[in-house]
Amino acid sequence: MATQIPAAPPTAKPQGLKAWFYKRLPVEEFVSDQLTGYYAPKNFNFWYYFGVLATVILVLQLFTGIFLTMFYKVGEATAFDSVEFIMREVEWGWLIRYLHSTGASFFFIVVYLHMFRALLYGSYKAPRELLWLFGMAVYLALMAEAFMGYVLPWGNMSFWGAQVIVNLFGTIPAIGPGLVEWIRGDYGIADATLNRFFALHVVAIPLALLLLVVLHLVALRRTGSNNPDGIEIKEKLGANGKPLDGIPFHPYYTVKDLVGVGVFMILLSIVVFFVPTLGGLFLEGPNFEPANPLSTPDHIAPVWYFTPFYAILRAVPDQRMGALLMGLAVAAFLFLPWLDRSPVKSMRYRGWMSRGALAIFVVSFLVLMYLGLQPAEGLYVLLARIFTVLYFAFFVLMPFYSRFDTVKPVPERVTFHAHA
Amino acid sequence: MAENGVITEDDVDTSRRKFLTTATAATGALGAAFVLVPFISSWKPSERARALGAPTELDVSKLEPGQMTIVIWRKQQIYVVRRTPEMVASLAQHDGRLKDPKSEKSEQPAYAQNEQRSVKSDVLVLIGICTHLGCLPKPRFEAALPELGADWPGGFFCPCHGSRFDLAGRVFEGSPASLNLRIPPYKFEGDSRLVVGVDTAVEKGAA
Repeated sequence: MATQIPAAPPTAKPQGLKAWFYKRLPVEEFVSDQLTGYYAPKNFNFWYYFGVLATVILVLQLFTGIFLTMFYKVGEATAFDSVEFIMREVEWGWLIRYLHSTGASFFFIVVYLHMFRALLYGSYKAPRELLWLFGMAVYLALMAEAFMGYVLPWGNMSFWGAQVIVNLFGTIPAIGPGLVEWIRGDYGIADATLNRFFALHVVAIPLALLLLVVLHLVALRRTGSNNPDGIEIKEKLGANGKPLDGIPFHPYYTVKDLVGVGVFMILLSIVVFFVPTLGGLFLEGPNFEPANPLSTPDHIAPVWYFTPFYAILRAVPDQRMGALLMGLAVAAFLFLPWLDRSPVKSMRYRGWMSRGALAIFVVSFLVLMYLGLQPAEGLYVLLARIFTVLYFAFFVLMPFYSRFDTVKPVPERVTFHAHA
Repeated sequence: MAENGVITEDDVDTSRRKFLTTATAATGALGAAFVLVPFISSWKPSERARALGAPTELDVSKLEPGQMTIVIWRKQQIYVVRRTPEMVASLAQHDGRLKDPKSEKSEQPAYAQNEQRSVKSDVLVLIGICTHLGCLPKPRFEAALPELGADWPGGFFCPCHGSRFDLAGRVFEGSPASLNLRIPPYKFEGDSRLVVGVDTAVEKGAA
């Protein structure tokens, strides 16, 4: 093959201080294992930007978050005012806060696109089940992190959002009411609740997130990345023992990803500087009023990234059933590796049934996302019920349509066209 | 046995070793579970929160018939409504439209599980927290309000998700909430002194 791309040339033997360090720390091995010696499929496309973008946004959230804790004062009497203080009186405080709040929404955009990529190319299928499960654990931790973070400014939507979400645990039979009191640490959402959410948001969950991200990457290094063709590149090795269809992650993909990061930063900046609340989607209006236990906002809706599940919750007339279905809507993703019986991974080689099912699922997810932002009345409720059924049909019927679907033959090598 | 103090593979009693390892691990796990107790307990309402949850009092004779007031007990809004005789009479007329007309599944003290869901028929005491997801239901006492329909007998309406309750806090069919509004423990001292947070003494055999 004329287009075979050579590995990075061997570097000269380290000298002096470098040699001193290398003898005591496995720097070279680390760089080689993780970057220069890690071969990724050469046919990555647009959908393969979002893993690295999620990492970038994680670092941004940690960095801006640390600075916010320097000015934020936890406590029901001080929290709201300290956020206003950050916005008005801390130099550049508004920027740090808007980066953090916009970052949260961008995190979910990136993670949802990353998950869609996995659905599109069957990246959750064997041998990548654990990789997928660690990814889902990251997603669950992220949901907890985002929810508790939204409570910290102690605005009125923080308060009532916390009230609604914490009360969901009250629907669990027998232990529910006691559990709710234990979570709140008081007879209502109170100072104690805010204080423990702060500890979890700032210390516990970020530590868990970092650990889970490391496990996600370690599992990725073991199986290698999937690709748009859903072919295992490790099955076709070259003379050097490396996959014929693989290229070293560094420098080839690091350089490519830098372009993606640049575009991403531009998009993030546009929102941060021009529309930080995005018309109430990223920061809701009622949250610019202090928490008021005596006044429910007229319309309680979570931030957009939770609304598909919220719409499912409200679509069910029975509250316990609604809470259960809401939980199942998230948990269903965990079972994908075993629900999917298709002999091929990528949608490129699947038939109309799998493709149609995925299309219906994506539409259902987006429609439910919209409906979760609307009041639960009239036509909206009916639509939410229809799309809830379609949402679950994607998972429940998957063992059948994925098995009986007609598939196209998968090529031996990845589809790749070198640029002229 | 070991010769010259050298232990060989054959000398190792593996079943004994396995038993001791398992027993040590199990004891350690049990200890770790016990150590978790203080940490888990620390999340329960503190002494201070419990002290602040002491009973709240109100003189209901100051309420006009048809009027409602709110007292706070344990961070919860307690709705106290002085019902008119017409309001009380209306309660018997829509049992068929209620999810739990006899309040069998709902949460209330035994002395308030009756037709009017109250100790005194004219005084309704409710926890003003929607049993759906915790919003504040709004009082809509006028019958046949245009936005709630011609058959609306008067009651409470939750703006969050549209749950409807009658003038005894019983939930109507078609609401996302499935239980009636909760009733806190309360008692009367004398004729008109309402104490929320203390149970009414029930005579043995009366319940």
